[in-house]
Amino acid sequence: MSSRCPEIGICLLIALSLTACEREDRRFSEAAAAAKAPDTITQSDLQPGGPTPRATLASPYDDNAYAVSQGKQLFEWFNCSGCHAQGGGAIGPALMDEKWIYGAAPENIFASIVEGRPNGMPSFRGRIPTQQVWQLVGYVRSLSGQVRKDVASSRSDHLFMKKSEQSLPQAPPAPSSPPPQGQ
Amino acid sequence: MRACGAGSLGIAASAAATLLAVSSLALAQEHAQWPAPAGDFANTRFSALTDINATNVASLKLNFAFSTGMLRGHEAAPIVTTDTMYIVTPYPNVLLALALDAPGAPLRWKYESLPNASSQGVACCDTVNRGAAYADGRVFFNTLDGQSIAVDARSGKEIWRTHLADINHGESITMAPLVVNGKVLVGNSGGEFGVRGWLTALDAATGKLIWRAYSTGPDSEVLIGPDFKPFYAQDRGQDLGVHSWPPDAWQRGGGTVWGWISYDPELNLIFYGTANPGPWNPDQRPGDNKWTAGIFARNPDTGAAKWFYQMSPHDLYDYDGVNENVLLDLDVGGRQRKVLAHADRNGYLYVIDRATGEVISANAFVHVNTIDKVDLATGRPHYVAEKKPVVGQVVRDICPHAGGGKDWQPSAYSPITRYLYIPHQNLCQDEEAVPANYIAGTPYVGANIKMHAGPGGNRGVFSAWDVAVGRSVWEIKENFPVWSGALATAGGLAFYGTMEGWFKAVDARTGRLLWQFKAGSGIIGQPIAYRGPDGKEYVAVLAGVGGWAGGVVSGDFDTRDASAGNGWGNAMADLPKFTQKGGTLYVFSLP
Ligand code: HEC
Repeated sequence: MSSRCPEIGICLLIALSLTACEREDRRFSEAAAAAKAPDTITQSDLQPGGPTPRATLASPYDDNAYAVSQGKQLFEWFNCSGCHAQGGGAIGPALMDEKWIYGAAPENIFASIVEGRPNGMPSFRGRIPTQQVWQLVGYVRSLSGQVRKDVASSRSDHLFMKKSEQSLPQAPPAPSSPPPQGQ
Repeated sequence: MRACGAGSLGIAASAAATLLAVSSLALAQEHAQWPAPAGDFANTRFSALTDINATNVASLKLNFAFSTGMLRGHEAAPIVTTDTMYIVTPYPNVLLALALDAPGAPLRWKYESLPNASSQGVACCDTVNRGAAYADGRVFFNTLDGQSIAVDARSGKEIWRTHLADINHGESITMAPLVVNGKVLVGNSGGEFGVRGWLTALDAATGKLIWRAYSTGPDSEVLIGPDFKPFYAQDRGQDLGVHSWPPDAWQRGGGTVWGWISYDPELNLIFYGTANPGPWNPDQRPGDNKWTAGIFARNPDTGAAKWFYQMSPHDLYDYDGVNENVLLDLDVGGRQRKVLAHADRNGYLYVIDRATGEVISANAFVHVNTIDKVDLATGRPHYVAEKKPVVGQVVRDICPHAGGGKDWQPSAYSPITRYLYIPHQNLCQDEEAVPANYIAGTPYVGANIKMHAGPGGNRGVFSAWDVAVGRSVWEIKENFPVWSGALATAGGLAFYGTMEGWFKAVDARTGRLLWQFKAGSGIIGQPIAYRGPDGKEYVAVLAGVGGWAGGVVSGDFDTRDASAGNGWGNAMADLPKFTQKGGTLYVFSLP
């Protein structure tokens, strides 16, 4: 770092403005790669003979506060909140805890929204533009603390129901225990 | 008030005459059988059996138990014919037939209705089912995805199924059908999804649709015609189901029919309530919002409306009008009148002349701060202005809460004590109205709700109400809402269950606890009594916590969010400490 950065202060500033930039960025369309969900979603950790190589996709908005706050608004507008409350669950399961039925990875959440899920999650295919689905993915992940605190939303301007996404503790998805080594 | 000779027992007898073969009529007359969730057409949930009574109930013992294998809320009543008990489970709505004439009541057969799994997404308040109905050798029930099914009671073979409700428009069915004059009466659910409510009559023989009466829209579709004679002036006029709404709002205006139906064979009228208008946010639907949150009297053969009375015109709080209407004969000022008693969500207990729709009395049976009084001259409630929900503003301590003074959980009436036994809640709420967005098949509500215990801190009450006098005689405070049905017996007993899982028998006169049993899960089902093929009296109830009030357990809510389950997250956060999921039938008898 110091070899390439003569002035540590300037370096920090550049680094800060870069992250700040992403955090504040308002993108109006999404890069081609993220415009569709990957076809590599796995629902099972039981993969005969061991995991096969699989591409994962970072949520395009995990670092983008604007998109996550848009996602929060869309969560109301598309009536997600009618079925999931403000993350605590109602007709649909809680989305703020460490339990996931269909996976917490961004592409899994994307698929949950677009394809629907068999026990009552509607399929929003063709109803929500892809970019907004990704904004929803960002917000859904923020409910369980899966995005940076400075990206997550602060307190809503409504009847107080729960701590803001920013101040709730992280609830990392329950880990699948690694297979035993050797034998 | 008379001991209901013509009111409930008389009707019970004629109910039995229609429902059962002549050979079993004698048994049915003393309610030895239990062919429908309410026991009789009058909806009294009264059993004339006296073997189990106040003097010996202390020695009541578990006779057998049977797991349904299901984890969601069990609101159904078992129904019983001479030798068989029938149970509909919550989704996936399996119909179980237990052979009461064999030791341990093994399965006679099991019928799987296989509803569409996606229907679970449009079940506002857990995937419950409130029971089946028996008539003429057939068992009738409804599925969550909106089908009405007839099954042969002996063989368990399907006779017909008719698909009535559309989940893609938010419709489902959770109610127990009622069979009247060879017609199966079925209504839809989905008041939180902007559906348009209806009640339909199907031919019990074929499943063919005979009539459908909508709860909103033009008179021709509400089946309002020349016979319609509502008692109050505000209910007279043309197409009020259209004009009491903003343009077209009636098309998604609710008024679903998911509660109870009672029937008076003498008047040949059915009585049932219509649910809340949609959305909850009242500013999106100025007007009286007819014909929601009220009671219809109709001719069961044609569906033609006779009268309507609206408990909550322009409902502000989700005060559905679907609670049971218990048919009684009451002495009013020295004159016998055919009345119905209706403990409404809005916290008032109405006594209504069931021939005319005139409100005889309306008294608060819980703590109410949203309505000062019901004006008996106009029939209209006086809403308290400070408690009206406002968009973008929080209104505190609205009592009763959205679930009402009492929700679906049916009361029981004893013609001996002349008390109505009311299971209910004691809950209030803070509310902020927000704009509701209509997307077919998704919730259409527009209210942020946070519920809390009412005065005293106990969230539930089981009370005895003297209908003639219009006041409560005794009350038992319960920690959680009493979400089970009630049963009254001629043995001087009243039965109910708690959400912790206690099944209790109390003295019908005093409310004194005489016996209790702790079930494996909270009880929200409807207790019944019957005489088994061995001649003994049995009392039965389904345990299995859930429903709107118990979603915290059955839906695994994360109660760090107070709005979970539409506001119950706040009020019921401690329930998981007291009970877990699991449906089991419990049947009790004397040793
Ligand atoms: C009509 C009710 C309903 C609506 C509206 C709804 N959901 Fe769901 N959702 C469900 C149900 C029910 C499930 C569980 C499905 C299952 O178990 O098969 C679910 C599952 C999910 C899951 C998967 C959870 C897990 O544990 O894997 C995600 C993520 C999700 N919903 C997000 C959303 C978002 C975002 C929206 C709005 C665009 C939304 N839901 C709208 C009912 C709904």
